[in-house]
Amino acid sequence: MNEYLSLFIKAVFVENLALAFFLGMCTFLAVSKKISTAIGLGIAVMVVQIITVPANNLIYHTLLKEDALSWMGITGVDLSFLALLSCIGMIAALVQILEMILDKFFPALFHALGVFLPLITVNCAILGGSLFMIERDYDFTQSVVYGVGSGFGWMLAITVMAGVREKLKYSDIPKGLEGLGITFISAGLMSLGFMAFSGIQL
Amino acid sequence: MSDTKKVLTDPLVNNNPITLQVLGICSALAVTSQMSTSLIMAVALTAVTACSSAAISSIRNHIPSSIRIIVQMTIIASLVIVVDQVLKAFAYDISKQLSVFVGLIITNCIVMGRAEAYAMKNPPMASFWDGIGNGLGYSLILIIVAFFRELFGSGTLLGIEIFPLIKNGGWYEPNGMMLLPPSAFFIIGFIIWVFRQWKPDQNEAADFKILDISHGEGGHH
Repeated sequence: MNEYLSLFIKAVFVENLALAFFLGMCTFLAVSKKISTAIGLGIAVMVVQIITVPANNLIYHTLLKEDALSWMGITGVDLSFLALLSCIGMIAALVQILEMILDKFFPALFHALGVFLPLITVNCAILGGSLFMIERDYDFTQSVVYGVGSGFGWMLAITVMAGVREKLKYSDIPKGLEGLGITFISAGLMSLGFMAFSGIQL
Repeated sequence: MSDTKKVLTDPLVNNNPITLQVLGICSALAVTSQMSTSLIMAVALTAVTACSSAAISSIRNHIPSSIRIIVQMTIIASLVIVVDQVLKAFAYDISKQLSVFVGLIITNCIVMGRAEAYAMKNPPMASFWDGIGNGLGYSLILIIVAFFRELFGSGTLLGIEIFPLIKNGGWYEPNGMMLLPPSAFFIIGFIIWVFRQWKPDQNEAADFKILDISHGEGGHH
């Protein structure tokens, strides 16, 4: 239990996907102008992350890994080079399915998320989470915990960023730095804040 | 010919994918603590963008629009797998350092963005040059950032010592923060500032105008 808790804390704070690995930066910078939309997108990313990381874990361990096909009586086959293709296919398909399910059963949530849902396919935080899971060789339970933690961390980061940007509107910024420039610099400062967690050994 | 040149040079400064189109920032920040990894990343991304744009553009009239994202993804992912395997075969150390970021070229918005915005509407050759141009624009930023980070962070460039370090008997105390993630944000922020001072038409319209209180209504916020 302790091990999973520390994995969770690590995924949320120490190895925050947005601020320590810069994943999902494009959407992070583009959709963080208002807190409400930022939270909506954050929740969508978290949900997709929670489903895709364990799903990709299952696929990788039962089909792609070296000798993973031995349960079918095939040995000596290493399909791990297909991991990229299967991960992105899985993500694209899951996002599509999620869209249909939400549309049918939770129309309110579906409309709240709106255009963000399809955009998640190309959010590198999602693919990055799955690739980190493969690289670090997590087992199934670990991958569930990692999915929850990394998704939550991303949501936290984009919400805080949106809060900072809402306040920034009222500040007097040098002409060339307005907009994107100052957003980068404030993201850097936030990232510095998150670095404070980096010495923590769990 | 002049068209090709324009397509090729426009993305360098005037329409840079990173500083103006806000595309492909993730990897720009993550791999730039050393020159060598950034160079490899720049070459890999330029190759993938150019080839995928050309490939997508050559079949653009046969892709049904409802599944175009998946078709584009498949083409891009296949090219990235090729790049990944080549790196693993010929530059294993660097491919280890780049870790997941080679794979993340798939979701690099530059590749997808150019496929959607340019390759779906233009012939293969033009798309190819557009891919090269945007790849170069990305490379330019990547190399500038990596130059500062490696030079000030570890006193070296491409692993060759430029500033002799104190611990090796020199005079330069390395600035460790340059190797940490936040410095990449600051450097890109400043690059954007420089670009926009140089080309004022890139400035964004402000949401609010700050009123000069002595001429305006006065009072506190």
